[in-house]
Amino acid sequence: MAEIDVAYVARLARIALTSEEVVQFGGQLEALLDHVAQLEALPTADVAATAAVIPSSNVMRDDVPVPSLARETVLSQAPRRQGNYFQVPRIITEE
Amino acid sequence: MTTVVSSPVQHLEVNGIPFEAVIGIECHVELKTETKMFCGCRNLFGAQPNTNVCPVCLGLPGALPVPNRIAIELLVKAGLAFGAEIPAFSKFDRKNYFYPDMPKNYQISQYDMPLSVGGSVSFWLPDGTKKSVNLTRIHLEEDTGKSIHSGSSDGRIAGSTSSLVDFNRAGVPLMECVSEPDIRSAAEAVAYLEALKRTFVALGVSDVKMEEGSLRCDANVSIRPAGWAALGTKSEIKNMNSFRSVLRAIESELARQADVLSRGGRIVQETRGWDESSGVTIPQRSKEQAHDYRYFPDPDLVPIEFSKDDVRRLRDAAGTLPQARLERLIEVDKLTVAAAHQIVDTAGLADFYEAAARMSGSPQATANFLLGDLARLANDSGVAVAASGATPEALAELVALTASNAINSKTAKDLLVRIWTSGGSPSHIVEAEGLAQVSDLTAIDRLVDEVIAANAQTCADFRAGKNKVMGFLVGQVMKASRGKANPALAEERLRARIEAGSPA
Amino acid sequence: MAAGAVLPLAGVPLAIKDNMCVIGTRTTCASKILGDWVAPYTATAVERLLRAGALPLGKTNLDEFAMGSSCENSALATTHNPWDPTRVPGGSSGGSAAAVAAGEAVIALGSDTGGSIREPAAFCGVVGFKPTYGRVSRYGLIAFASSLDQIGPLSKSVEDAALVYDLMAGKDPCDATTVDRPVEATLGGFPKDLAGLRVGIVRDFALDRLEPDVRAVYEAAYGDLQRLGADLVEVALPTADYGVATYYLIAPAECSSNLARFDGMRYGLRAEGADVLETYERTRAAGFGNEVKRRILIGTHALSSGYYDAYYVRAQKARTLIAADFARAFEACDVIACPAAASPAFEFNAKSDPLAMYLMDYYTIPMSLAGVPSLSVPCGYVTPQGSDKPLPLGLELTAPLFAERLLIGVARAYESGTQHAAHRVPPVLEASAR
Repeated sequence: MAEIDVAYVARLARIALTSEEVVQFGGQLEALLDHVAQLEALPTADVAATAAVIPSSNVMRDDVPVPSLARETVLSQAPRRQGNYFQVPRIITEE
Repeated sequence: MTTVVSSPVQHLEVNGIPFEAVIGIECHVELKTETKMFCGCRNLFGAQPNTNVCPVCLGLPGALPVPNRIAIELLVKAGLAFGAEIPAFSKFDRKNYFYPDMPKNYQISQYDMPLSVGGSVSFWLPDGTKKSVNLTRIHLEEDTGKSIHSGSSDGRIAGSTSSLVDFNRAGVPLMECVSEPDIRSAAEAVAYLEALKRTFVALGVSDVKMEEGSLRCDANVSIRPAGWAALGTKSEIKNMNSFRSVLRAIESELARQADVLSRGGRIVQETRGWDESSGVTIPQRSKEQAHDYRYFPDPDLVPIEFSKDDVRRLRDAAGTLPQARLERLIEVDKLTVAAAHQIVDTAGLADFYEAAARMSGSPQATANFLLGDLARLANDSGVAVAASGATPEALAELVALTASNAINSKTAKDLLVRIWTSGGSPSHIVEAEGLAQVSDLTAIDRLVDEVIAANAQTCADFRAGKNKVMGFLVGQVMKASRGKANPALAEERLRARIEAGSPA
Repeated sequence: MAAGAVLPLAGVPLAIKDNMCVIGTRTTCASKILGDWVAPYTATAVERLLRAGALPLGKTNLDEFAMGSSCENSALATTHNPWDPTRVPGGSSGGSAAAVAAGEAVIALGSDTGGSIREPAAFCGVVGFKPTYGRVSRYGLIAFASSLDQIGPLSKSVEDAALVYDLMAGKDPCDATTVDRPVEATLGGFPKDLAGLRVGIVRDFALDRLEPDVRAVYEAAYGDLQRLGADLVEVALPTADYGVATYYLIAPAECSSNLARFDGMRYGLRAEGADVLETYERTRAAGFGNEVKRRILIGTHALSSGYYDAYYVRAQKARTLIAADFARAFEACDVIACPAAASPAFEFNAKSDPLAMYLMDYYTIPMSLAGVPSLSVPCGYVTPQGSDKPLPLGLELTAPLFAERLLIGVARAYESGTQHAAHRVPPVLEASAR
């Protein structure tokens, strides 16, 4: 039986879960993890991992400015703003 | 770049046992590009808040990053300048964590395949010792926005009620340069940073202005009994905003660690912030859980592959680098470390110096003129030496004329002023205007006799033991020669003839 | 385009799946978390069609953030299947498929990550085409799983799909994953029949798993391919069986990161908390539906410290094997034919178990993982017991990477050589029109 620490993962993903949801999601996600456990049967030891299915490299752009968005377009959609800034709730990293 | 590393090398000791410092530096350097790392917004310091932003750097839904070729090339140039390996294959990864100044809540960075691997930074300490610090890696990432914390008295996070975010800096190309723990003192740490700065500025990679945040650094600091191979527990020092604060913060942290150990305590691994006003490092307690960044290859970007030709092209484009120049100036030309740094750190001066020194064959005399009279002229006029009328050829001639005693130092100074404003060849001027130093004994003796005759009382004073008057008498000879007499010879002849007792 | 020239899509009504940005319009992804967000730019694919003269009709419903196979995961609206309103239209591009099937739009744009164009196209009896990964720009498509997402057309006919694809495809400087390789036009010069074509029938997709009536439709479809001149050859995709497991690690892993930006700070919904951390957690709890949360959680788990190699890396290796299976299969055949879905459209709330819903994409996921072009074309109808409403089924045709022209030609020959014309109007609508 696969295990998942739903509370830990939800904290990393910044999603508040009720204790009922932790149990409910836990069961569903464990069933899915049991299903994906079938991958252990595949002979993958000497197989390269595919990050991109179409091989490509060196796609870059020239260092040439293009117009930015109008500030009002950007700020008018902010849930909260103060003057020309986005306002965000207080950040607690130190005590 | 003349931070004075005056502080003496710290002697670390714990209960009588000599200890040594083990320091590694991680620094973030903003690259000097026109546009941001993954979009065409301008990379500009000091713009009005939230004006250089677009769907990509604001992390708007559906926007995709496309890397800036120049940013990648600048980083590779920086790596090559330190002899790093540029791997044939490199990729971008996502570093996942939430922070309000990071629009996507992941940072595009490089995890296990950076653009530049290894290399070493060489530099010279003021006493002439050469030191090399190995680099672990240099990788490319995007900068975050900037937060202003409001509601607190001092604009800091603590006590603030909300924060204001400006995303102009979000997405600016940032190079993270990680050193091995090869640094052994705070002074070395500063010299290391200065060496990085010197190279990055010379390459045009970055402005490297700590006050504008285009260079930010953290130090991993630990101590261990001198000569031990094992590493002690380290603390990570943050919040150092100038080279001077790097020096002070590391010295303070080394002293703190030695003090903890001498009291029988243990060092705990932690992050500490440098507090400029109190002059100590303070633990930064974090509410964040243990970091789990969930790095994975960014599926929006494709790998970067460099051929040997690409690497060669970038290496050739770099020109002569400060590290190689310093090596020549200090180790071959035998200049002092301070003189060599001054030459290398002044725009355009190093090429001028090297050309002049090669032609004159007297590097030290060349450096003396360059850093003395010419530097003064440059300073007074606001014109760079290379932009003045003086050419390396002219300086070399001047050095040669002086070395062979063809002209005296006063003439040399006058000539410098003339070529500074009007150019020309010193030897031609000397020849055309008969400025050559007079070292002919008959000619000198004639002038000496005139001066003795005209200054009988002074000569009597000299004979009576008043040595000081000799300066005056030499001056009279120089004046009579219209500045051309060899002053040393003039003095020698004056002494000889006065003491020989020419009748008063 | 010179003045007076007729634009290729002049006046053609276009429906756009609401996970694509159109400047000045609300773009929701059928999620509460985007609130009233108005896109300040237009997706490249949409832009190219608008420049070709298409008339944007409006945005269509989808499973929230394109995560689902029934459109039931929309937080904003319910979309019914035009063939039987008690049934789902499929998903996630269910709104686009239903709009075309109902004749509300002539063409629609969908996005396909693991079958999100092909499965609803099959359920609604229209053509749905997922091009090779990297053929159509993703710029302006709100990302679900970046290494899999691909925009494609839904339409009444293969020809319309070809027209739209040709206009959208090609390198976009704003999407580094678009392929810099000339686009072969798919429109025109269609083959009359399938003479000499080798059609691979996948041994591992045995039809005996299907209900007898569904199975009969697919057996007839394979027979039609043969009747039109194709040689049927058996091919193996031994690793395709692991497709769902592979997909449900890779797609959630990418989505957990892609959806991190929805945090209530710069746009969209914000549920205030005491500090920034609490605001994040409340906003995302209130803004995302359960399916999105499940996928973010499983994806976060698959990337987290200690599990990355066991889940994410292993899934990426399985992806390598699946892509290799297709490459091998295409040595023995020109295109692959298989069902687009194991059943016709199901009733609302029929798949309450998430895993049962995930398995709906069994036939479409392997092609997404391999990046190959794949489409669904109507291939027949079944009428469930106790119902008088026929439900369409789709034949999924798949070609090698970048063989869009071949794929469209085969689909067009099949379409014109069979009786299952996509233009057939759902009887429900015929009745209401009378």
